[in-house]
Formats: sequence, C-alpha cells, structure tokens
Amino acid sequence: MCKECGCGTALEHAHGHAHGHVHPHDHGHDHVHPHVERKTIALERKVLAENDAHAEENRKWLTNHGVTAINLISSPGTGKTYLLERTLERLRGRVSCAVITGDQCTDNDAKRLMGKGAAVKQIETINSCHLDAARVGALLPEVAGNGVKLLFIENIGNLVCPAAFDLGEHFKIALLSTTEGEDKPVKYPTLFSLAPVVVLTKMDLVPNLDWSLPKCREYLRQIRPGVFIFELSAKTGLGMDAWIEYLEKLAG
Amino acid sequence: MHEMAIALALIEQAETVAREQKARAIPGITVVVGRLSGTDPDALRAVFELAAEETLAAGAVLTVETVEASVKCQACGKRSYPTPPFMTCVECGALDVELESGRELYIKAMDVDVED
Repeated sequence: MCKECGCGTALEHAHGHAHGHVHPHDHGHDHVHPHVERKTIALERKVLAENDAHAEENRKWLTNHGVTAINLISSPGTGKTYLLERTLERLRGRVSCAVITGDQCTDNDAKRLMGKGAAVKQIETINSCHLDAARVGALLPEVAGNGVKLLFIENIGNLVCPAAFDLGEHFKIALLSTTEGEDKPVKYPTLFSLAPVVVLTKMDLVPNLDWSLPKCREYLRQIRPGVFIFELSAKTGLGMDAWIEYLEKLAG
Repeated sequence: MHEMAIALALIEQAETVAREQKARAIPGITVVVGRLSGTDPDALRAVFELAAEETLAAGAVLTVETVEASVKCQACGKRSYPTPPFMTCVECGALDVELESGRELYIKAMDVDVED
C-alpha cells in the first residue's frame, strides 16, 4: 500500500522480484485522493434504542389487545416454571393466560406448561443470556392474540442480563427462592431495583434452612423501598391464594 | 455477560448515524455508562473490538464515561451519592429516595470520517 496516501496503487504494479524493500513513489499516478474530514457528532442516543423501540411496540400491541404482560426474572432453579404450572392450573377457566418461556436450550419448559389451558411458546436463545424485545414481539400475535388477558414471559434464568432488556412487558416480577439465601437482592441490585413485585418461593423449606424472612424483607426494601412481596410455596400451596387473587385482579 | 449484545447494539446505532452522515468510518465512540445500568465498563471495552470487526467502527477507540448513582431524598430534599446497592439517603438515612442518575447507557458522541 502507498504509505503516503493509503491508496492501493503501489501494490498493484507488476514486478518479478521478492520483497524486502519498500517501493516509494512520488505521486505521479493519476487517481483522485478523496478529502476526508473528521468530525465529532454529539448524540444522546440510547445504546439499546432499537430494543427499546421494539419493546415500546410490544407494549402498545399488548395494551391495545387488553393483555397485561409480566416479565418473570430469577436465577435458574428458583421455581419459575413450577410456579407457572401451578398458577396456570388454578387460573384455568377463570383467566385466559399465555406464556412465552425462554431458555438457552430445549423446550422442556414449554412441554411442562402445555395442556394447562394456556397458549405456550418456547424461545431457545442458544447463545444469548437474555430474551430481547424483537424475539418476543414476533410471537405476540400467535401466542397472545385470541382474547388472552394475562401474558407471562418467563425469562432466561439469570439475575444480571435479562434486567437490562425491556421486552415491552408492563412490569417485571423478580423471584427469589429461600434456598438462595436472603442477601441475593443486595448482591444483584439491578434486577431487584427494577422489580416492583417480588415472589419469595419455596417457603415450605424455611424450617430446614438458616434463612431469615425479616432479613430478606429488609434487604429487598433497602434496594426498593416500596416493593410488594409475596411469600409462597407452589408445592404446598402456602400463600398461593393471595398470588392467584392478585393475578386475577391484574387481568381485570 | 450481556456486554457483547450491548456492544453490537452500540455499533449498530453508531453505524446508523454514520450512514445518515454518509461517513466512511467511525474512528471513535464515547459512551456513558451508569453504575446501575447493569453494564460493566471493562467487559464492554473487552468485547468492543471484536464486535466492531468488519463494521464502519472497525478499529475505533471506545471511550467509556461512567456515572455514579445519585439520589434525591424525598424526606430531607438533599441530593447524595450512596454506595450501591444501598440506595438510601446519605444525609439522613431515609429510604424514600428518587434515583437521579446511575441508569445511563447511551452514546454521547462519535467521530466520523466524511469524504468531501
């Protein structure tokens, strides 16, 4: 390449010898050098503007179709799918529900959730650690179009990344199981500061754990003072009535 | 570790602006990252170069400006800079605070090379 101007000309001449030296040239060639101007543009453009635009479209679509959408986020193994199974069973015939469930691989969750009266769609993200608004939006007409009142979006099990991506839900619900320890909210504050509702799961295990409910509540309120907390066990049914009643109200 | 997705989105936004400007390269981008944005500046810097390959931003210098979390207390009215994760008023300890900064994640500026 021409060292002076960066044009490709110098490399293009035919020559039969091996290199090891540079070819200077004094600009006798007859091409035009474009004049390049460097300028700085001031912007205030959100990095995730495209995702946010998709999310806004989703939210409009959902609102126009009378659907309340909640984005369920937690660690893997908190019991999101189990809670949804029991929830769908109890809402069956009373509230029309749909589920979009995300995992890195397999449609195991969708299989578990099918046959409970709700439309269910699985998203396999393969290499991604979160759901994004475009992927969710593509499924909305199919999954939430027919008179659905309540859409659960079960995000990838991950406390960090999913919190950064708005899916167009109306709000986020964070789940936290008693086996994870009571200080998860302060260890992963981004999610817990964004979720107005938290569900504490596996409450039936408390007698067997060194886990303090007052301490957990305190941590949650330090991160988000007005947080609304459900305490339940989907397995024993403890606290499920309040949760179901709440969802029925959400669905109007 | 969603910084790759953030980096790709960042470059896509920058390329959109660059195309509007009919620019042929993006030699530099400045982003603002809040302490509570869920984005790690070091991780973002680490993946940016790879994400920029074969785009207009190939070889671009990424400048990351970080923003501390600040709150305005609803009880005493003062602004303070609490240490995450505890978003309480540093002045009076009240829990009832409004977040004023810390969630930023935006492109503040970019350099473009434009041909005459």
